[in-house]
Amino acid sequence: MAEDEVDRWVQSACVLCSNGCACDIAVKDGRMVGVRGRAGDRINHGRLGPKGLYASWQWSDQDRLTRPLVRQNGTLVEASWDAAMDRIVAESKRRQPLQHGFYTSGQLFLEEYYTLAVIGKAGLGTPHMDGNTRLCTATAAASLKETFGSDGQPGSYNDIEACDALFLFGHNMAATQTVLWSRVLDRIEGADTPAVVAVDPRMTAVAETAVRTGGVHLRPLPGTNQALMNGLIHELIAHDWIDRAWVDEHTLGYDDLAQTVEPYTPVKVAEICEVPAPDLRRAAEIFGTSERVLSTVLQGFYQSHQATAASCQVNNLHLLRGMIGKPGCGVLQMNGQPTAENTRECGADGDLPGFRNWANPDHIDELAQLWNVDRQVIPHWAPPTHAMQLWRYVEQGSIDFLWISATNPAVSLPALGRIREILGKQELFLVVQDGFFTETAAYADVVLPAALWGEKQGTFTNASRTVHLSEQAVAPPGEARSDLEIFLDYAERMDFRDRDGHRLIGWKTPEGAFDAWKECSRGRPCDYSGLTYDALRGESGIPWPCTADQPEGTDRLYADAVFPTDPAVCEDFGHDLTTGGSTTPEKYKAQQPGGKAFLKAADFRPPPETTSAEFPLIGTTGRSPYHFHTRTKTGRSPRLRRAEPRMWVELSEQDAAELQVAAGETVVVESARGRVEAECRVGTLRPGVLFLPFHFGYWDNADGPPTAANEVTITEWDPVSKQPLFKVAAVRVRKVKR
Amino acid sequence: MHVSTYLGLLRHAEGALADAFDQIGQGHGDEPDVVQLCELLAGKSRAHVEQLQAAVDRYGEDADNEPERLKAAEFGGARSGGVGLLRDLQDLYALGSFVDVTWTVIAQAAQGLRDPDLLQTASACQAETSQQLTWLNTRIKQAAPQALIVAP
Repeated sequence: MAEDEVDRWVQSACVLCSNGCACDIAVKDGRMVGVRGRAGDRINHGRLGPKGLYASWQWSDQDRLTRPLVRQNGTLVEASWDAAMDRIVAESKRRQPLQHGFYTSGQLFLEEYYTLAVIGKAGLGTPHMDGNTRLCTATAAASLKETFGSDGQPGSYNDIEACDALFLFGHNMAATQTVLWSRVLDRIEGADTPAVVAVDPRMTAVAETAVRTGGVHLRPLPGTNQALMNGLIHELIAHDWIDRAWVDEHTLGYDDLAQTVEPYTPVKVAEICEVPAPDLRRAAEIFGTSERVLSTVLQGFYQSHQATAASCQVNNLHLLRGMIGKPGCGVLQMNGQPTAENTRECGADGDLPGFRNWANPDHIDELAQLWNVDRQVIPHWAPPTHAMQLWRYVEQGSIDFLWISATNPAVSLPALGRIREILGKQELFLVVQDGFFTETAAYADVVLPAALWGEKQGTFTNASRTVHLSEQAVAPPGEARSDLEIFLDYAERMDFRDRDGHRLIGWKTPEGAFDAWKECSRGRPCDYSGLTYDALRGESGIPWPCTADQPEGTDRLYADAVFPTDPAVCEDFGHDLTTGGSTTPEKYKAQQPGGKAFLKAADFRPPPETTSAEFPLIGTTGRSPYHFHTRTKTGRSPRLRRAEPRMWVELSEQDAAELQVAAGETVVVESARGRVEAECRVGTLRPGVLFLPFHFGYWDNADGPPTAANEVTITEWDPVSKQPLFKVAAVRVRKVKR
Repeated sequence: MHVSTYLGLLRHAEGALADAFDQIGQGHGDEPDVVQLCELLAGKSRAHVEQLQAAVDRYGEDADNEPERLKAAEFGGARSGGVGLLRDLQDLYALGSFVDVTWTVIAQAAQGLRDPDLLQTASACQAETSQQLTWLNTRIKQAAPQALIVAP
């Protein structure tokens, strides 16, 4: 369709990865027909990636859910909204708050998360609320809280243009955020190429770029990141590549860190990680001698062993050199999903809204006052229930009302055999709210048809704090409703009231929810109080904090090197990185952090699962650039389907040769939990490790062999962030003879 | 001098704590975090028994059966279910607290004896006992409401 045939262009941003590229949706005759990047936006400068171009709207008229479904005599049948919602409310009302669990997403809008958070925390009063973000972004939040006192991305994407060295820790940016990677390639192919260091067991496009441009590719054995990081810090200290005066003025914990990393000599680290010692030394030298280092971190760290500890060491590298809050010097603890940032801010991941501290009574009082409810309603007596524990409670039966929105745990959670058993429990009342009939929806008692991107209005925030407004372009199909409308309907039917008998939730529109959120965020690190929908209708998205005094937002945090660690301000009093034990308020205050950042240390420990004679390889999971999550959208895009049509398994050349498997042949990958059968690709990994993309479930492959990577993954998680370990499963491989 | 009595008491208590962590970890196989952390923390207590050897060489060690009595009284094997996990963690906490205060006693004696090595050992080990108790406290706080109010 030519540009002049389009009826109108509607402002939005892409929701197919955490980059949040600003775009306009083309509308013709009430349907979405195209998309174009917005050139003036600070994030993407007009570019869009393959998912944005080919899967943002192309699913719109294909097999959507258009009517609620209710289970009757074992079968899901179409029902009215009244019948579906009444059923949910009846089940809800006969249960105690602690029997309710909510498992949400990294793909809703801010307004929806905040409304859900208020329902959970001030309406029902249940601590059992988490998102699929636990699987993708929990460690980003946890590591920022441990080091800086609060969540909040320190760096800016503008640091890419300003840095002279770029470190990517477990971050295959070329696959996870293709448009951000284009920004890096502009630097790589331009004058003044930065030094690139990639930490990844695979030879990814990122790693190839590092090697090609004279940087370093470190390929640690999966599960050994903490040893590698301790080794890098050891080298920084040994060569005195640290800014001791800055460290003394702005941090706490140097002596403990120095003592912890002391044994991690390059030789020892080389042994643990199976990385050549000269490569480690060279990487440390680049970090230690460059003038402006930008680091990014993603799932290779977050979904691996000692996730929070290793991610904190990235923060430590920057603190040791005083490289934070300045152009080109930053940390980007990245997100996986597009709106994960909002799950965290709004408290739909279990945390308290506005980065408030559950262990700080004053923060609880602020929320109680804001919502006008008794403080005792707000669950704040312990850390919020993380997803893996929530599922465990469902397994044990103490949670028997579970409401899943916009995510697909039947494919995305680890050890799927167990998850299917939990979802199939007779006593469980399960609500699934989605745009499509997912693998998870098949287990539901009530299925609610939800509007998707372009069919509803709302805001969301990308991995570098930049907020975009996504306008409604078209009507949802059939009777589908926005997630916000659904949550508001539930709240109304439950008749949640405040202390004065007024409606707990006073808003009815996305903008009303946004205004309520602005008040909730006021004065907190994620301050939205200066933002409006109108401001977001401008040329570019706007990064928080954004206040009346600073309406243009904030490019990077901590320019003044004052960190939100003051006990009255901080989001968390921190944890022991090894056990996850919570630091008490008294102990925290005794450290007198007052604006200083924490240099947190931890020894390396071997991962919970290691290879054996029976399972001699390590299986690790990850993404394709052409698919998102469990392909509910991207798998329905003809072009992306062609680009990546089916499951595959990637083996190293050595392992393939040993197994006598050639590319294109079928292999079975087995662990103690389950098995996957798929076509083999050969090449880019370190020997002993194989790679499984996690996108391929069963909605379009119901009768085929098992293909979901999570058939083989383990039920284990990081002690601090509680993020599951997808990167270290002991497996074996055999060729399927045809 | 009764230092040897207390060294015996502490070594036995640390050994009992290590065994209890192991037993409870193995008894709660469906709680992966409990399994992992109990294994790790059992190792710490076991290391403490070794670290006390130098002091035992200097001051001797009197066998004392009180920790075994504690163990016999409180650990009849891991319990099951939400409340069972809670009680097991609580038993670990009780035994860990006993170990903690016994380290305090030993550290006091080390000061009186002007024994910097023993004082150093006590300080390092007690920090790890504190780590054990901190984790137990955190996990107990998390588990308690669910176990007491809605567990089937």
